[in-house]
Amino acid sequence: MSFFSKFFSQEKKQDLDKGLEKTKTNFLGKLSKAIAGKSTVDEEVLDELESILISSDVGLETTIKIIKRIEARVAKDKYLGTAELNEILRDEIVQLLAENNTEDVEDYTLPTENKPAIIMVVGVNGVGKTTTIGKLAHQYHQQGKRVLLGAGDTFRAAAVDQLKIWSERVGCDFFSKGMNADPAAVAYETVHKAINEDYDVAIIDTAGRLHTKINLMNELTKIRRSISKCMDTAPHEVLLVLDATTGQNAIEQAKHFTNATEVSALALTKLDGTAKGGVAIGISDQFKVPIKYIGVGEGIEQLQVFNKRAFVNSLFE
Amino acid sequence: MFDNLSTRLDNAFKVLRGHNRLTELNIAESVKEIRRALVDADVNYKIAKEFTDKVKDKALGSENVLKSVRPGDLMVKIVMDELVALMGGESAGLQLGKTKPAVVLIAGLQGSGKTTFSGKLANFLKSKSQQKTPLLVACDVYRPAAIDQLTVLAEQIGVQIYKEPENKNPVEIALNAIKHAKTHGFDVVIVDTAGRLAVDEEMMDEISRIKMAVQPQETLFVVDSMTGQDAVNTAKAFNEVINYDGVVLTKLDGDTRGGAALSIKYTVGKPIKFVSTGEKMDTLDVFYPDRMAQRILGMGDIVSLVEKAQEQFDDEEVKRIERKIKKNKFDFNDFLGQINQIKRMGDIKSLMGMIPGMGKALKDVDIDNSAFGRVEAIIFSMTPQERENPELLNLSRKQRIAKGSGRQLEEINAFVKQFDQMRKMMHKVSKMPGAGNMQMPGMAPRMGRKR
Repeated sequence: MSFFSKFFSQEKKQDLDKGLEKTKTNFLGKLSKAIAGKSTVDEEVLDELESILISSDVGLETTIKIIKRIEARVAKDKYLGTAELNEILRDEIVQLLAENNTEDVEDYTLPTENKPAIIMVVGVNGVGKTTTIGKLAHQYHQQGKRVLLGAGDTFRAAAVDQLKIWSERVGCDFFSKGMNADPAAVAYETVHKAINEDYDVAIIDTAGRLHTKINLMNELTKIRRSISKCMDTAPHEVLLVLDATTGQNAIEQAKHFTNATEVSALALTKLDGTAKGGVAIGISDQFKVPIKYIGVGEGIEQLQVFNKRAFVNSLFE
Repeated sequence: MFDNLSTRLDNAFKVLRGHNRLTELNIAESVKEIRRALVDADVNYKIAKEFTDKVKDKALGSENVLKSVRPGDLMVKIVMDELVALMGGESAGLQLGKTKPAVVLIAGLQGSGKTTFSGKLANFLKSKSQQKTPLLVACDVYRPAAIDQLTVLAEQIGVQIYKEPENKNPVEIALNAIKHAKTHGFDVVIVDTAGRLAVDEEMMDEISRIKMAVQPQETLFVVDSMTGQDAVNTAKAFNEVINYDGVVLTKLDGDTRGGAALSIKYTVGKPIKFVSTGEKMDTLDVFYPDRMAQRILGMGDIVSLVEKAQEQFDDEEVKRIERKIKKNKFDFNDFLGQINQIKRMGDIKSLMGMIPGMGKALKDVDIDNSAFGRVEAIIFSMTPQERENPELLNLSRKQRIAKGSGRQLEEINAFVKQFDQMRKMMHKVSKMPGAGNMQMPGMAPRMGRKR
């Protein structure tokens, strides 16, 4: 696995492993308990497997898909023992994810070669948008890029200050029109500044909003439009941030935000805390937009590029 | 709120439609649907299973099978009872005791909404019904600008805040805050803490030390209602460390399927005390299991609606309006007043959701609070005389009003006509015997549907 070693340094892998440790012990612990004392995969083992997948937030639909695949394989190979179940499950999950032909990204690459790249960040309240922006800005900054952050969350108390503190931590520039400014205007002017002052990338924060608030979603559409007005190829990326502790609602969120802003990439945060990373499997299966980043810790370095194979492996190793 | 679960449960009951009685077969089918609905709503897998087992047992109870006339209704009743039991039976409420100041400690994961809730709780405590003087304490020393956030909220609601921006020790800050509260006569101290993961031992140790130091009367665990299967694990882990007294569910205004709400009480045995339903500071409600169950089952929540109305309508005003109606003198000013009262009750859509059957009907409709805006614009374009004497409105006046409010003349006509009819109707009703304590919040003409 050359790509693996290339893009997954030992250190990063440790972070991922550590972050998912809880998931792993849960997943594997339950699985080995389920198959203890059994030599073949029978109905009972499959039932148990179903409940394990569901309680890992994989979701009903995707779980049923996975179970059906394993059933088919068991039917084909009658002598299949429980010892191989682990291996098969990993195989099937990876295959399921691969079928959805979204390519894994390989590094913190900018979404466009042209300057400046404009990234708009959206999501519901409290998922970690601002933190993700800080971490992402740090990665670009490390690469020697000139980064500009746009404070488009002008609604939540002190959100502008929060982003400003991040920009200071990272050592990049920051544009704000203060609280209660029109977020579409902030977005427009951020892009304008990025063009005029020759930045490599501008990342625009937006206020958290529940995906069911149609007026607020319309506002988001307007922000996107005003970005395009300033630079017609922009935004080059609309990054939806999802909280990994969220259950099946994550899929609803993904749908609604995509309708409003044509989301092009996902970031899954708080994977270090949740006992289950299963929602990543469900989302990858049901949603065409790729997961690009995962947050696996509070440190500024702990935003990783998502890799399906590495993720599934990490789940089973 | 819980729309998805409501719809799916409804389907589970439909299975029983057309059957004369509950049988083992149709019960099994219906119960299977109920289980799927629950699991799909992020209810913990095990709990969903136990829940449906109980429902099944009750439904199978021979007595029920014989007596049941409409099996669908009986099933709804069984599920309703079990839902109430699952969510804790009685409403718990805050237990602040007699100590002054009482201390409320807020804890939870990152992004669950602790700081916002702290602000809402302070606002709730200083309200008419509670009449306390709360002090907010900023103990989140980690997240950038967290202290600023609480400061802004405190300012918004007009509550004092205690903070030590240079101090990085939350235990010290909390203790100093309590001292400050004692000397300055605050009734309740609300300690907002940093978000933390249950697996982060260091941080969990910190919250445990804060709790030991401040000896709170109430420790509240704040949880995002969109949390998935993990909700029960997090709730358990926090409970083991800080043994909290109650749970706060946030972001219930989304289309959450509510699994967390249904699972947590069962898992840790701690009641849900508050639900939080919006970004404004007055969107906090005391949690009632039975009312919530009714809403999940699409039966609405009339009790809460009436309570909300009562909070806003004062007796004097009601009597004054009543007198005017009797004399057929209800005018546009009064109407405007009524609109304002309704607006103060909160978000229109969530209010409508409390009316039985409306929740489902409104699922995909976005009702805009500014729907009243058009009506207001029309009234604001009238002269004071016109507002007091609706009879004055002739064609040329209406034309002027149309121009002033930027609406079409037809709209003005329709509005005035509707107002007239309403007025006549109210007058008639008021003269009917037994209509003593009438209060009619007035209907909003052409309540806007905006997509």
